[in-house]
Amino acid sequence: MNIATQSIDGGFTEPVFNAQVVFRAIMDAMARPGSVQALPQLARPPAPLSATAGAVALALCDNDTPVWLDQALQAEASVKAWLGFHTGAPLANTPTDAHFALIANPKEMPALDGFAQGTQEYPDRSTTLILLTGDLGSGPTLLLEGPGIEKTAMIAPTGMPRHFVEQWKQNNQRFPRGVDIILAAPGSLACLPRTTRIRTMEA
Amino acid sequence: MTDIATYNFAYLDEQTKRMIRRAILKGIAIPGYQVPFASREMPMPYGWGTGGVQVTASIIGPDDVLKVIDQGADDTTNAVSIRAFFKKVANVAVTTETATATIIQTRHRIPEHPLNAGQVLVFQVPIPEPLRFLEPRETETRKMHALEEYGLMHVKLYEDIARHGRIATTYAYPVKVEGRYVMDPSPTPKFDNPKMHRSPALQLFGAGREKRIYAVPPLTDVVSLDFEDHPFEVQTFDQPCALCGAENVYLDEVILDDHGGHMFVCSDTDHCEKRREDGHHGHLAAETNLASGKTEPAE
Repeated sequence: MNIATQSIDGGFTEPVFNAQVVFRAIMDAMARPGSVQALPQLARPPAPLSATAGAVALALCDNDTPVWLDQALQAEASVKAWLGFHTGAPLANTPTDAHFALIANPKEMPALDGFAQGTQEYPDRSTTLILLTGDLGSGPTLLLEGPGIEKTAMIAPTGMPRHFVEQWKQNNQRFPRGVDIILAAPGSLACLPRTTRIRTMEA
Repeated sequence: MTDIATYNFAYLDEQTKRMIRRAILKGIAIPGYQVPFASREMPMPYGWGTGGVQVTASIIGPDDVLKVIDQGADDTTNAVSIRAFFKKVANVAVTTETATATIIQTRHRIPEHPLNAGQVLVFQVPIPEPLRFLEPRETETRKMHALEEYGLMHVKLYEDIARHGRIATTYAYPVKVEGRYVMDPSPTPKFDNPKMHRSPALQLFGAGREKRIYAVPPLTDVVSLDFEDHPFEVQTFDQPCALCGAENVYLDEVILDDHGGHMFVCSDTDHCEKRREDGHHGHLAAETNLASGKTEPAE
């Protein structure tokens, strides 16, 4: 399949209703950190962009939101063409310019503090990271607490960034500045807003 | 739908919805912080809930069941017209039952019936900035929020005590969210403030004219500001609802004649009707059969 076909195919079949379904899943996940929201396959982006991450991008990104791609995605012309055709989002040159960052290989990603953190006056001007993870139940367990969580919640995503727990602690300390994370797994997603604290498990 | 000129689902265009959705996500991630957004003109005047309507339009889907209340009532102008609006532009099911609704848009009340985890409460907010009447400059209030400098708000509450002997603020009573941002809970009576604290429902706030969206995620600490020697307390009423006999609910005063006759009735009409259906009677209740709790399915 050539790039032109690849970039045109695979968008939402029902743009209005699909976008609403994806947004509600993200909103519920953001409101209840650690909860895993099932998401049917609504988008078919070219690899290595996943169906879930592609759907999140279609639901949230447009020409107002510069998107930063990690190396793995940057290397695929078809991914850039697909995002360009379906969302119209400009590509951010640096992580600090990005409203959204799509990261296919979180293990190799830049440090969390390399992205836009917002300012103390406008903490909303920060990057939302969309990480393409493996499934959300078989990696190292993260014990979560904070707003949206009754006492504690657990999530165990695979393929997370290096030193994630330590980096996340620093992200918490920057509050109200900081980044928020959408974990895009196959068939489901979960969120880690900047208010969520990860408790280190005591042995 | 055979009309030639038809609207997009839920009235707003998709780019506007995406912009509002992004603001909602930031609001949830930073509880109590007012996210600026590019508020649109809506087919109703400012002050009629344009902010709440835009938030509802951006989150609603065809499977949602919408309830709209105005000062607790399902049957007053604002509630009826917004409900009709969404029935028309989104063709969603609407209800007056708190327990059946998935989205409840509200003007200045939180329903008496406890909310549950799946529900979203959307508030219509006139002035989102709790510090606005103390400091008119946006640049200054923004800095005060940035520096967590809320001394002025405590001075205001203290002046209440100096003047009236108690904190005289009865609505739009300032709260602190998750120990960080001071937030205006919208002009709800302070009676409803405790319901915001660790509510299982997601609470979204939309201010259309002022172009701000903010949020309180479920199970989040919402603490009303007070002093050790003047703790926060809610309104109490000396008599129960005249129609359903409910106690410990918020009551409205209704004038009955021009000789000073009046009665106090539940502000939450759904709650009152449900209680009367269950056989509760206040001292002024007529013996009538009520057809309450209507849910109209989408067509």
